[in-house]
Amino acid sequence: MNGYLFHTESDRREMLRAIGAESVQEIIDGQVPPAVQMKRPLELPPAADEMTLESELRRLAASNASVSSHVCFMGGGAYDHFIPAVVDEIASRGEYYTSYTPYQAEVSQGNLQVMFEYETLVSQITGLDVSNASLYDGGSAATEAVLMALASVKKRHKVITSDAVHPEYREILEAYLQNIDAELVVVPASESGTSEGILDAIDEQTACVLIQHPNFFGRLEQVRKIADAAHQAGALVIQSFDPISVGLLKRPGDLGVDIAVAEGQCLGNPLQYGGPYLGIMACRQDLMRRMPGRIAGQTTDRRGNRCWVLTLQTREQHIRREKATSNICSNQTLLALRATVYLSLLGPQGLKETAEHCVVKTNQARERFAASERFELVHAGPVFKEFLVRDREGDVQALLEHATDHGVLAGVPVGPMEPKWKDCFLVAVTEKRTEADLDRLMKVLESAPADEANRLAETV
Amino acid sequence: MARDKSKLLYAETHEWVDVSEEGGQKIATIGISDFAIEQLNDLVYMDLPEVGKTVDAGDEFGEVESVKAVSPLYSPVGGEVVEVHSDLPDNLEGLNDDPYDFGWIVKIKIEDESGLESLMDFAAYQKQCAESG
Amino acid sequence: MRNQQATKLLFEMSRSGRRAHHLPPLPAEGETAASLLPADQLADAPPPLPELAEGDVVRHFVNLSTLNMSVDTHFYPLGSCTMKYNPKRNERMASLPGLVDVHPLQSDRSVPGVLQMLYELQQMIGEIAGLPGVSLQPAAGAHGELTALLVAAAYYRDRGEDQRRYVLTADSAHGTNPASAQMAGFSTRTVKSNAQGLVDLDDLKSKLDDKTAVFMLTNPNTLGLFDSQIKEITDLVHEAGALIYLDGANMNAILGITRPGDFGADLMHFNPHKTFSGPHGGGGPGAGPICVRDFLADYLPGPVVEKVGEEFRTVDPAKTIGRVRSFFGNVGVLARAYIYIRTYGKEGLRRVSEDAVLGANYLLSKVRHILDVPHGDRCMHEFVASAKKLKKEKHLSAMDLAKRLLDFGFHAPTVYFPLVVEEAVMVEPTETESKETLDAFAEALFRITEESGDVVEHAPHSTNISRPDDVIAARKPILRWTEKDK
Repeated sequence: MNGYLFHTESDRREMLRAIGAESVQEIIDGQVPPAVQMKRPLELPPAADEMTLESELRRLAASNASVSSHVCFMGGGAYDHFIPAVVDEIASRGEYYTSYTPYQAEVSQGNLQVMFEYETLVSQITGLDVSNASLYDGGSAATEAVLMALASVKKRHKVITSDAVHPEYREILEAYLQNIDAELVVVPASESGTSEGILDAIDEQTACVLIQHPNFFGRLEQVRKIADAAHQAGALVIQSFDPISVGLLKRPGDLGVDIAVAEGQCLGNPLQYGGPYLGIMACRQDLMRRMPGRIAGQTTDRRGNRCWVLTLQTREQHIRREKATSNICSNQTLLALRATVYLSLLGPQGLKETAEHCVVKTNQARERFAASERFELVHAGPVFKEFLVRDREGDVQALLEHATDHGVLAGVPVGPMEPKWKDCFLVAVTEKRTEADLDRLMKVLESAPADEANRLAETV
Repeated sequence: MARDKSKLLYAETHEWVDVSEEGGQKIATIGISDFAIEQLNDLVYMDLPEVGKTVDAGDEFGEVESVKAVSPLYSPVGGEVVEVHSDLPDNLEGLNDDPYDFGWIVKIKIEDESGLESLMDFAAYQKQCAESG
Repeated sequence: MRNQQATKLLFEMSRSGRRAHHLPPLPAEGETAASLLPADQLADAPPPLPELAEGDVVRHFVNLSTLNMSVDTHFYPLGSCTMKYNPKRNERMASLPGLVDVHPLQSDRSVPGVLQMLYELQQMIGEIAGLPGVSLQPAAGAHGELTALLVAAAYYRDRGEDQRRYVLTADSAHGTNPASAQMAGFSTRTVKSNAQGLVDLDDLKSKLDDKTAVFMLTNPNTLGLFDSQIKEITDLVHEAGALIYLDGANMNAILGITRPGDFGADLMHFNPHKTFSGPHGGGGPGAGPICVRDFLADYLPGPVVEKVGEEFRTVDPAKTIGRVRSFFGNVGVLARAYIYIRTYGKEGLRRVSEDAVLGANYLLSKVRHILDVPHGDRCMHEFVASAKKLKKEKHLSAMDLAKRLLDFGFHAPTVYFPLVVEEAVMVEPTETESKETLDAFAEALFRITEESGDVVEHAPHSTNISRPDDVIAARKPILRWTEKDK
């Protein structure tokens, strides 16, 4: 039999003798009523040995386009940034990835110190006082921040956001809010792709404002202005930010934001078709006790040595049960470890240069799209590492499929997420892209036949 | 003047109450008993109401936390919170050392004293503690 | 021989001007990044991250790793967490190019292999659950609970039964159950356990009415017992028009033996990081896929994978609740579950559970001569002992026992959970431990109970630190390093 079992037949006999049972079946029959026991084997494929399974998986893997087989200009919340070898090397140590939540601090100082270092690094990139040890992903972290704000601002139920916030993030928010006492207001972005409309929507019922900066279209928001208006009205401000962007841009804390959240995939975590990713969250000191998720803190042991423990656990579900701020009882330690290693390698200068590469190369790409016949830039004005392009032929799906067939993942079609942008796609340019990649992108896109959609439709 | 714990009234939920008169108004000073503090074991945090908050008898007005437990604080009387011991959360050691004088938590101007009737005297409260301990 | 220098905080090791990461230079001509962005958006300086050489970084994190206990290094019988062996082949296969580096928003046509794997995983866990509707989206067990309750809420809304606003949870349940119920907009009521540690049927009956939405059940429960009244329980709940949710935390006990769908569950989640060999990643990532009856499948979050002819497609279910996280799900974790299930196959999975039950009962047969085990002399995949007597006789707590086990080279069991057992010590050995390991663990436990109280009370003695001060940590929280600590 394939697998990882230990017991020999003689082990089994001895163990059963010690238990005083004839068979394992007897032990099971003593508890599981025969009427509900399975009478047949599970309908699953037969067991597969390592060699056979690996060759099958290699075949499956090879059938996919990926950022190693293709040149990637896709973003929309997940990005093809470079991952240094040290990140993979450290994260593949069994002492990290086969351990669990540090319930016994004495034998978990490695993980706990990493969590504390991660929290410090997140404070450094957000400019905020307190970080937790991570949440599931950037999207659910934004929703957790909204729930945290609703719990903190008493007797207010209105949540204001903008359609320049990632459409999937807004969908999560809707799903979470639909059964609780909260009202979601989504303000449309302006012609230039930014969210000034929020300023007029804020009122005395507003508990919080959720903005994304740089936003879904790559555009920069007037965060300080929005934060001031929200605070004036007694509401909190949540910013979903791009951790790479703060190599150049002001940090959420510097802009007056109360809670910052982010997708931490860009910090050394692989794309792997959407997860696991890393939900980053940090807040001001006075909101600390409303923060969901695990938190590591510094203390001393009985011999006076500095050490780290899980702390402020009374916030959590295992103590507060139905009164908990959140039901979350895990954190993405392994991905937080990767982000910690990544940021340690980059340092301030490396983060700044990575951000500069994104901005400069994105601008080069924008200039090329602006100069092309077929495409136009939807928004004027500066962007960070992403921008929205309109296909004048309105044939986005066929265009992007054509590019994929020619080795380029040219962008993210926005139509499936937001029908009003059905003739548009997002193009993201990270530090990994080269001049030659840009040449190839434009060449492939401009060679796409405009009527390919019709031709594809006929062949299906 | 030190409070005599044997002269106080006690709630089933371990709050003590000292009723006094100030300027023709009945004021309830509320804290938690030494028994409760010992049961909670090393308090780490306290969440207090704001002055001006009104509570009904039996309402939760705050919380105390130890490392691994949270206990709500209930007001045995209805009325308005007129004073809060705001130094207390930063000096929880003091609450451990002196729960009846330094350890007072809030003062409530009594508007509904019906809750007082269900409170225990010290002897009855001691009996409750002995049974649960 | 601990390297104290390398395990200082990163921030204390930092030296201005040191660096590990270099990018190719940007072209000298052309605009600079700063000139392309509005001046008022620019920071004066990048964040004050530590400045380190690559060698610093490697030595730091490698040394820190040696301060952890892990499944790769130690027996880790943490009850309820299923700390089984994490196969290395899972790691290698899940990291293949073409799986690990696929963008989440690529077209279905460009990821046929990924979708085939995910589709087959949906089919496989649906079969193991006996519940055909599957969403792989939730990111963790607790997230799966919340998602399933959102599905239940949508179902009742659709049927005009909005009055069903109570969720029943067992008093022995994980704290996530009531917390998830509250987040999904329900109120909770607690159902008591009886003296045998099973659901108290009378108490359940008294709490069931036309306002009951869902009974959240863990079976086998957190005491490691399969509730033999399961059919009566699920029938009662269904007669009241409510749904049964199964917390799948303990699925490692029943793979191929019984199926939640067969014993009456309507919705459930799996913990692939437990049941399907994780790994646990130091606390995460996990995943929390949910399985539901066919009449609930239309409400699942999207996307799910469908097979049309020979092609695989992502689609949103007809009445979907929307989504509970960005992108498809924790595909990296799900890939490992897929590889694990394929490795054992149809006969093997049942053997996994049988060996988990065998190992737990064998260890129980030894431990019950050392500690009280209040709920029976047989169990499924785990059992809960009580250190109550030790507390009374030697003033030693479950925590003291746990700490002393560390000195013997064992990770501690779960302590103080479930809440229904005093001084609880919850032991789950899993199927991937040898008889010799289980013997050595029982022997250590026995020796500890014979030791002088003083030794145990101050344990652990062999670790780098011992008994950190939790009170100070919570009273005056220090949650990040600051310059003044330098």
